[in-house]
Amino acid sequence: MYAYDELDRTLINERVSEFRDQVKRRLSGELTEDEFKILRLQNGVYLQLHAYMFRVAIPYGTLSTKQLRRLAHVARRYDRGYGHFTTRQNIQFNWIKLAELPDALADLAEVGIHAMQTSGNNMRNVTSDQWAGVAPGEIEDPRIWSELIRQHTTLHPEFSFLPRKFKIAITASEHDRAAIKIHDIGLRLHKNADGETGFEVLVGGGLGRTPFIAKTIKPFVHGRDVLSYIEAILRVYNQYGRRDNIYKARIKILVHELGIEKFAKEVDEEWRQMGDSELRLDHRAIEEVRSRFSYPAYEKLPHMPDELKQAAHDPLFERWRKNSVSAHKVQGYSIVTLSLKPVGGPPGDATAEQMDALADLADKYSFGEIRVGHEQNLALPHVAKRDLPALFKAFDRLGLATPNVNLVTDIIACPGLDYCSLANARSIPIAQELTRRFANHDTAGLIGRLHINISGCINACGHHHVGHIGILGVEKNGEEFYQITIGGRADENAQMGTLIGPAVPYAEVADVIEDIVEAYLALRDRPEELFVDTVKRLGVEPFRERVYATR
Amino acid sequence: MTSPLEQKKIRITGPSVVTANRTWDGAVVYRTAQKGWSTELSDSAIVSTSDDARALLAEAAADDVGAVGPYIAPVELKDGGKVKPGNLREQIRAKGVTIDLQVPA
Ligand code: HEM
Ligand code: SF4
Repeated sequence: MYAYDELDRTLINERVSEFRDQVKRRLSGELTEDEFKILRLQNGVYLQLHAYMFRVAIPYGTLSTKQLRRLAHVARRYDRGYGHFTTRQNIQFNWIKLAELPDALADLAEVGIHAMQTSGNNMRNVTSDQWAGVAPGEIEDPRIWSELIRQHTTLHPEFSFLPRKFKIAITASEHDRAAIKIHDIGLRLHKNADGETGFEVLVGGGLGRTPFIAKTIKPFVHGRDVLSYIEAILRVYNQYGRRDNIYKARIKILVHELGIEKFAKEVDEEWRQMGDSELRLDHRAIEEVRSRFSYPAYEKLPHMPDELKQAAHDPLFERWRKNSVSAHKVQGYSIVTLSLKPVGGPPGDATAEQMDALADLADKYSFGEIRVGHEQNLALPHVAKRDLPALFKAFDRLGLATPNVNLVTDIIACPGLDYCSLANARSIPIAQELTRRFANHDTAGLIGRLHINISGCINACGHHHVGHIGILGVEKNGEEFYQITIGGRADENAQMGTLIGPAVPYAEVADVIEDIVEAYLALRDRPEELFVDTVKRLGVEPFRERVYATR
Repeated sequence: MTSPLEQKKIRITGPSVVTANRTWDGAVVYRTAQKGWSTELSDSAIVSTSDDARALLAEAAADDVGAVGPYIAPVELKDGGKVKPGNLREQIRAKGVTIDLQVPA
């Protein structure tokens, strides 16, 4: 958990009253939409098909139960009773009235939640591993560094008026749960040969119209120098960044055009000139931030409590435990992932009732803390193993115990044409149909790890490029069509998927995905070979044949 | 906002309306013949020539306090004079999302 300081609170409150005044002037006609648009975007407010959409930041994916209850309150009071968790550790409300937005912002500000850095051409909220601080084998809690970067970049002029939006992600584990290779800057905490802590710095990743996997620009930057190094990258980007062409102004394009070697040289030159000036972090500054993250007073608990031994006889509990419960760094504790992907439901949505009930459970079983991950699922980070059977029962009653984490029905989908004004095609109903096709969780378990990602247009909010199976909505003569790629991945071995053939119409997408999965089951050389590994071994051709032979 | 230049280029191929989102709450609205906005598609002013479409859009765009982002959208006229949205996007705007939102038991 993180405690905001006075400065942050003052800043958040000032922003709320400023926005209240701006909304008032907009509604009276004193401000035109053209003048107001940039102001509302600075406060996370977009205009969508049906209404304004309000995006709220959940920094590095950590929420207190007080905050979660307040999000539930906003969903209930100002929206239609639910919220949508996104792939960037944000939550979106889809039906907020502009006239009521200042009140919603004020209610959230009371618990230290805000919408800064969720939209506009600036530094976006720094995302991190949702298991930060609890994952076994982690170098150290990456959120400390997320917070140092957040403090430095919030409202800093160099970062507030960038050529385009700018996204940073941090991981501190071997297995990358923060998808750092598809961010403008990706940071991987590790130790060098001398045992010092620092970062591998990656740059130029991103999806959208021109997707790139980030490249390593420096294998090791000492922790104390990470701010100045990021600043050097930003300065080079700001000098070159092509503000004239909206499609080209992302850093990935610059890195691609200059080449990583030349870009790295320019950054090094800039960095050298900065010397070890103002931006070098001293030990005190780092410790000060570290001290504001508090960890629970864990008990000394057995590795295998009796409660767990007894519950092992219940096959439903066992199936859920094997799927959704992960190892914790402290003996006797677990990390529990909650699937927001029920069969037939829209991925990532949670109702106000679910949020409230989850907050109660987190108070009882997880030291009052909840995490939000980029897969549009939630997690309870500190659950004593002896409590798992009771927690399972409670989740099950809430519809939050779907045992499909990382399986074929754990689909990441953007809002698509049901909500989004930029969409070509719908995403959510495709996801819903797929979850019905693979509704049998035992079968899904036998298929194994398989990530399906769906975007309704090339902006790639659903990360389709890096889905094991990626589905992209396109438009053909006014009809919804979908391009399908296979073999992408978002982890430490990130790569783009390969197109398997011509786009298929809406009504055929679920059939095609079933064909692909069946082809995989026939082709894998043993049950442990993951879908992505079979595609890697055999290429897309056998899948293409299977899908298009009869179409 | 549609720039004057873009408005000049507008060509319609069938019956059309002007639609936007209401400023205070974002609701989907349609321009009426009485120079107001309505949440009912059936209240909308229907144009069938490009000149009329441009004129309706220009008139609607002048009301920046009432509604945001006006544009011309196709409609279908059914027997008996019923107006239907002309494409899927407009159908979703008129009728709401195509997903049944999950409600906990
Ligand atoms: C419904 C309102 C939304 C709108 C209008 C919207 C718009 C956009 C646009 C225009 C981009 C591309 C910007 C660029 O490449 O510079 C983008 C990127 C992105 N959006 Fe959204 N988005 C929406 C919702 C979401 C949601 C719900 C999610 C998560 C599920 C999401 C996650 C992302 C991510 C991760 C990217 C970055 C992709 C990349 O690496 O290039 N967005 N969005
Ligand atoms: S990918 Fe396209 S359709 Fe989907 S939310 Fe992003 S902008 Fe909208």
